[in-house]
Amino acid sequence: MIWDVALRKRFEGRKHSFELDLRFQSNARRLVLFGPSGAGKSMTLKMIAGLETPDGGHVRMNGVDMFDRDRRVDLSPQRRGLAYVFQDYALFPHLTVIQNIAFGLHLGLLNPGRSLRHEAVRRWIQAFHLESVANQYPEQLSGGQRQRTALARALVAEPRALLLDEPFAALDRPLRKRLRDELARLQAQLDIPMILISHDEEDVAVLADEMVRIEHGQAGQASLLPARARGGRSEPEAVQSTREFDWINSTL
Amino acid sequence: MADAWIPLALTLKVAGWATLLNLIFGVALGYLLARTRFPGRDLLDAILTLPMVMPPTVLGYYLLVLLGRNGAFGAWLQSTFGINLIFTWQGAVLAAAIVAFPLTFKSARAAFEVVEPQYEQAARVLRIGEMAIFFRVTLPLAWRGILAGLLLAFARAAGEFGATLMVAGSIPGKTQTLSIAVYEAVQAGQDDLANFLVLVTSLTCIVVLLVAGRLVPGRVPGQS
Repeated sequence: MIWDVALRKRFEGRKHSFELDLRFQSNARRLVLFGPSGAGKSMTLKMIAGLETPDGGHVRMNGVDMFDRDRRVDLSPQRRGLAYVFQDYALFPHLTVIQNIAFGLHLGLLNPGRSLRHEAVRRWIQAFHLESVANQYPEQLSGGQRQRTALARALVAEPRALLLDEPFAALDRPLRKRLRDELARLQAQLDIPMILISHDEEDVAVLADEMVRIEHGQAGQASLLPARARGGRSEPEAVQSTREFDWINSTL
Repeated sequence: MADAWIPLALTLKVAGWATLLNLIFGVALGYLLARTRFPGRDLLDAILTLPMVMPPTVLGYYLLVLLGRNGAFGAWLQSTFGINLIFTWQGAVLAAAIVAFPLTFKSARAAFEVVEPQYEQAARVLRIGEMAIFFRVTLPLAWRGILAGLLLAFARAAGEFGATLMVAGSIPGKTQTLSIAVYEAVQAGQDDLANFLVLVTSLTCIVVLLVAGRLVPGRVPGQS
């Protein structure tokens, strides 16, 4: 099982309280958590990544315990190795595109330099057509360039999985459609599992093998979608092979 | 006029060290209060801001009581390390650092509070450790605000009078800083010297304010 997730969390506001209590399992390489805004999708994704702590439950990925309340397992986000693309991308405003993408490759106390030193960074910049803006700051980029920079930054660190929080919410309609197709192509090339959250049915149609519906902090069963672009890559074995980046040379 | 350069050099030395102390403690405490919640946080904030509203002479008196030979801390320093801070330039540094502290602390706290926690989360999922996140993300994004506060603290420390006089006295060449030298010159009727000292002090302050003013407004990408 790729994803085995059960989460409980209670939020107490001044007037309202919100109770999130959901569980889902899925073997899909492309999973979409679908539901209206305010249903708890972002919170769910943050708890999977380790950015928020649930009150109870567990998060398991490919058999690895990332969180388990009862067994007192709670891996830090750093050790989970799940890449996260934020809704407005959260690119570091004080760093250039190159520095943003290389950020996760430097573990020391200093930020990466402005010159292109890493082969992996160079390949991603080429793959995402970011050469012309490589030395610019996030503020100077278009919406599409920002998203590609965020994706490159997430992928260059070779994560176990990719989590995307409403990746098209910050974009206007025509651009949204173009980037959705771009992401679908990327999905076909990448071997790592992805969870994407969305309130847009178009996203589900184009980007999902399976869908989990989330409403009012509750999840429905993961439902398999009619195979359309689903390849044979949803096996966990295939997932492991991504750690080597062979595919990038063959596909890009 | 050559006499004027000695208090100027001393003033820059005292203000420089006081600013360095501010950098370390102001940034650390500003970060602590911006990012953590604990009982007594508001009280600690009030205590750390106190030097801004209290008369410097009162602060100086507190320091004198604390650091003097019979003071709790002063007696311990004397018996353990053989250090005496009263009537020394190091004592002047301490007095100036404390008087200027709220300027750094307040600026640092405000600067850390406006850094989006999302940037730190983004660094966390990229497997960067917490210490590296502070130096690579949080500090660079808050740096302009902190720097502006540090410059104001430098100016305040350079102009310190009341607390410094109480703790360090007015020993020419040893603890007599510019502002104290001005006072002594006027008292002694040396108008030429007073005029010159006042001019030097004013120019120094204008330069510091101009630099600080350039650092405060909106962030330019990559210039933090």
